[in-house]
Amino acid sequence: MEKLLNLTLKVWRQDGPKAKGAFETYKLNGISPDSSFLEMMDILNDQLINEHKDPIAFDHDCREGICGTCSMYINGHPHGPDSGITTCQLHMRSFKDGETITVEPWRSAAFPIIKDLMVDRSAFDKIIQAGGYISVNTGGIPDGNAIPISKWHADEAMDAASCIGCGACVATCKNGSAMLFVAAKVSQLSLLPQGKIEASQRAKKMLSKMDELGFGNCTNTGACEAECPKNISITHIARLNREFIGAKFID
Amino acid sequence: MAKKENIFDKAKDTVSKKTDVIKDKAEDLVEDVQEVVEDVKKNTEKDKATKVADKVKGTDSKVSETVKSSAKQVASEVKNGGKTITPKDAKIPEGPLADKWTNYKNQQKLVNPANKRRLDVIVVGTGLAGASAAASLAEMGFNVLNFCIQDSPRRAHSIAAQGGINAAKNYPNDGDSVYRLFYDTIKGGDYRAREANVYRLAEVSNSIIDQCVAQGVPFAREYGGLLDNRSFGGAQVSRTFYARGQTGQQLLLGAYSALSRQVGKGAVKLYTRYDMLDVVIVEGRARGIIARNLVTGKVERFFAHAVVVGTGGYGNAFFLSTNAMGSNGSAALQMYKKGAYFANPAFAQIHPTCIPVHGKFQSKLTLMSESLRNDGRIWVPKKKEDAEAIRARKLKPTDIKEEDRDYYLERRYPAFGNLVPRDVASRAAKERCDAGFGVGSTGLAVYLDFSDAINRLGKDVVEARYGNLFQMYEKIVDDNPYETPMMIYPAIHYTMGGMWVDYELMTNIPGLFCIGEANFSDHGANRLGASALMQGLADGYFVLPYTIQNYLADQIRVPRMSVDKEEFVEAEKAVNDKIQKIMNIQGKRSVDSIHKELGLIMWDFVGMGRTAEGLKTALDKIIAIRKEFWSNVYVPGKADSLNMELEKALRLADFIDIGELMARDALLREESCGGHFREEYQTPEGEALRNDEDFSYVACWKYTGEGNEPELIKEPLDYEFVERQQRNYKA
Ligand SMILES: Cc1cc2nc3c(=O)[nH]c(=O)nc-3n(C[C@H](O)[C@H](O)[C@H](O)COP(=O)(O)OP(=O)(O)OC[C@H]3O[C@@H](n4cnc5c(N)ncnc54)[C@H](O)[C@@H]3O)c2cc1C
Ligand code: SF4
Ligand code: FES
Repeated sequence: MEKLLNLTLKVWRQDGPKAKGAFETYKLNGISPDSSFLEMMDILNDQLINEHKDPIAFDHDCREGICGTCSMYINGHPHGPDSGITTCQLHMRSFKDGETITVEPWRSAAFPIIKDLMVDRSAFDKIIQAGGYISVNTGGIPDGNAIPISKWHADEAMDAASCIGCGACVATCKNGSAMLFVAAKVSQLSLLPQGKIEASQRAKKMLSKMDELGFGNCTNTGACEAECPKNISITHIARLNREFIGAKFID
Repeated sequence: MAKKENIFDKAKDTVSKKTDVIKDKAEDLVEDVQEVVEDVKKNTEKDKATKVADKVKGTDSKVSETVKSSAKQVASEVKNGGKTITPKDAKIPEGPLADKWTNYKNQQKLVNPANKRRLDVIVVGTGLAGASAAASLAEMGFNVLNFCIQDSPRRAHSIAAQGGINAAKNYPNDGDSVYRLFYDTIKGGDYRAREANVYRLAEVSNSIIDQCVAQGVPFAREYGGLLDNRSFGGAQVSRTFYARGQTGQQLLLGAYSALSRQVGKGAVKLYTRYDMLDVVIVEGRARGIIARNLVTGKVERFFAHAVVVGTGGYGNAFFLSTNAMGSNGSAALQMYKKGAYFANPAFAQIHPTCIPVHGKFQSKLTLMSESLRNDGRIWVPKKKEDAEAIRARKLKPTDIKEEDRDYYLERRYPAFGNLVPRDVASRAAKERCDAGFGVGSTGLAVYLDFSDAINRLGKDVVEARYGNLFQMYEKIVDDNPYETPMMIYPAIHYTMGGMWVDYELMTNIPGLFCIGEANFSDHGANRLGASALMQGLADGYFVLPYTIQNYLADQIRVPRMSVDKEEFVEAEKAVNDKIQKIMNIQGKRSVDSIHKELGLIMWDFVGMGRTAEGLKTALDKIIAIRKEFWSNVYVPGKADSLNMELEKALRLADFIDIGELMARDALLREESCGGHFREEYQTPEGEALRNDEDFSYVACWKYTGEGNEPELIKEPLDYEFVERQQRNYKA
């Protein structure tokens, strides 16, 4: 029989964007190490509901590491202590019996808290709206095989495109920079012939939107790469910078 | 005996009555013709005479056509004993199958650019279907309002699709064609889909790939730089395009980027964290929606000239499914309650390769992509004692010798082997586990083994193909699939049923359209792998943006309505009343506890093996659950603020109704077809036994009021172009 875990949870509670938040402490017993972190949170919420208390608000949806919705800062790490995974993929076997676990929301000027562990990441959408696309309309498109793309380029673009837009990179960055997120998109599209045409302008537009929305500057600490659940590499930042310099030349 | 005769007499009576009706109709028409002929006689002028003669000719053919079609309708009404939907009602264009879509596009009405700006379209949903539709409509010049429940359109459930998307490109030169893709889809759906719709789907499939490549979707490529393909269940050709194990993600991000471009231009207004809770009908037409702002809790009203709903499937009625936590059937159910037909609700797909259930705290099931069946071999031990020893953890799968393994799919279906369609693979797994050969601690699991593939191709190749899936598996199960076989078991995954739509993707409510998984249209009783992504994008990029114009062309004179109009106010009030009612119950049960109970009933009685008795039991139990919900649910917090328990409660109320519809529909359908397996109807070998004689129709359910039984309306499926066969994946 697997050994069940008894835990203490310190969870950030905050009623709304302007409210003052604070940590609340909860005891939770009999958690299976096979349950996921979010299932543990479900059990905690069930306990709170049974006590007629307000359950903890948190974002989640796919629960398999792909939608980028879940976003908890656990024991000082976005998405928890394990590397290469999202909060929803974290399992309780990563914790010890009797452990105290601290759970906080993403903290960044550009991601205001909505409630408890839930933050507003619409700034990411706004960055994409500023230029994170290839300007083509539906229809009238040449055959998919008309332009061959080397496997290396396709794979490299795919690596960059794996970004799930979770915001862990921002949450972990001491400057609150969205550089890795922006770089992933710029890099993906500039690696492909279809996206190359607008590459410099794209970089410029997205970066200026990023600045405008209150994200900080990148000082190459590399913390983002270390905490990114999809292992997006900071080499993409280098590619972004090249495109950005290109934009300056054009201007 | 007496009763039988009685029925027979009744039928005879109906037939003769209906025949009289036809006769009358024919006589009327003949009279019309005679009148025209009189006309001719009276008119002596030559040119007039020829004109009239032409008219006569026209009337002549019309007479026979009308008589023929009304005779056909009457015949099917008599046979089906009720109201039916004809191909004409479904707006199926005339002509040979391959010309229908072209004919339609040539003849449909279009809206000119200046008028497009004056027309508002609401698109609910930002999945593949919703995002592609919203982007395309905005590009054309319509004014689009786009809603989703997540915090960003990019997080729609489509993001989770793994395996791939089909298209009839025939790049590998293995004999694929539009017709073959059409045929495989019809056959895979066990002949319960509309031919014309499916053909169109296959026809536009190739444009989807081109479109996505242009958007920068990084599909997998070969060393020569061309697009790579893999094979999927239910097909003997390689026609599946993929982007690692993240195809849905990449396609959705493509659609999301197109959508974002339009949002940036101001052509789409985005409403994230909004939950559609009702559709507003004004003078019989859909004119807007009622939606709740999930952050503030405020219920708001929105107007548009047309409403497009692409809110995905309702598989979460089962509580545990491969769907995202927020996936729901509420928009569909609200449309149904406003009069839109819910078609084939019982057609749900159980996916064979999911990670087995492991505990009662479990919140969802994780799919392992079907693409794994390309290289993985499915087996259970041949000997019961081995299976028992494995369950007791005395033996490991790697201890079982090759000759003691039963590769039951390869054994039963030599032609398709591990690549049989999903329903077949799921039932075969259940059959082995029910017979006592299941593995894992619960005995409800089978092995999916990669050792052969690793030996044949090398670990690197297997890793390149499935690396992220293996990692996902290991994170959940804590077991390394490179070394020990994966364990899998079927789980509910996709719903083929949904809102009835005509060829234009419009429901029976004018101005209310439904796209993607939320409609019933293309997959019949079973969907083939990699075809949902294809359908969602076909609907959104290439079908709806055309067909909706045929409707909107007549709406250009309709001015924007104020949302203070009575119909909007009333609809909003009804939603607020419902919310208050739920908040006021203040019972003892959490939403999830009731949902889990519903899920178990669905799985046990409305799942893989259905029986009349079981379905009746399910109906009784669901009615009891509805009572429990409406008298004993507890929702904490306030309605006018962020309240996730309230969101869940509203969805559960609808899942209960959907569960009932599913059971009712499954009970009605006394045959086995595709994902719908009635244990009473199977061949001696345990294969599904279809009944084309009596059940070759789409079952459309019409809401008739709270507590009343819904009315059944049938759309008979006449196969004009394909000859129906018993599906055979053996040879
Ligand atoms: C794990 C998994 C893997 C899959 N893999 C494949 C595959 O490899 N190939 C394939 O072809 N298919 C696959 N499918 C099926 C396919 O992903 C879906 O059928 C398809 O993506 C559905 O797209 P959609 O646009 O219709 O709906 P969804 O993507 O479900 O989008 C629904 C949208 O509606 C919104 N919404 C829902 N309810 C409301 C409401 N009440 N108010 C406002 N907005 C609402 C949501 O926010 C979302 O934006 C897979 C499915 C799953 C679960
Ligand atoms: S770069 Fe990584 S951490 Fe940042 S949003 Fe993308 S996936 Fe998340
Ligand atoms: S819930 Fe989707 S990534 Fe975690």
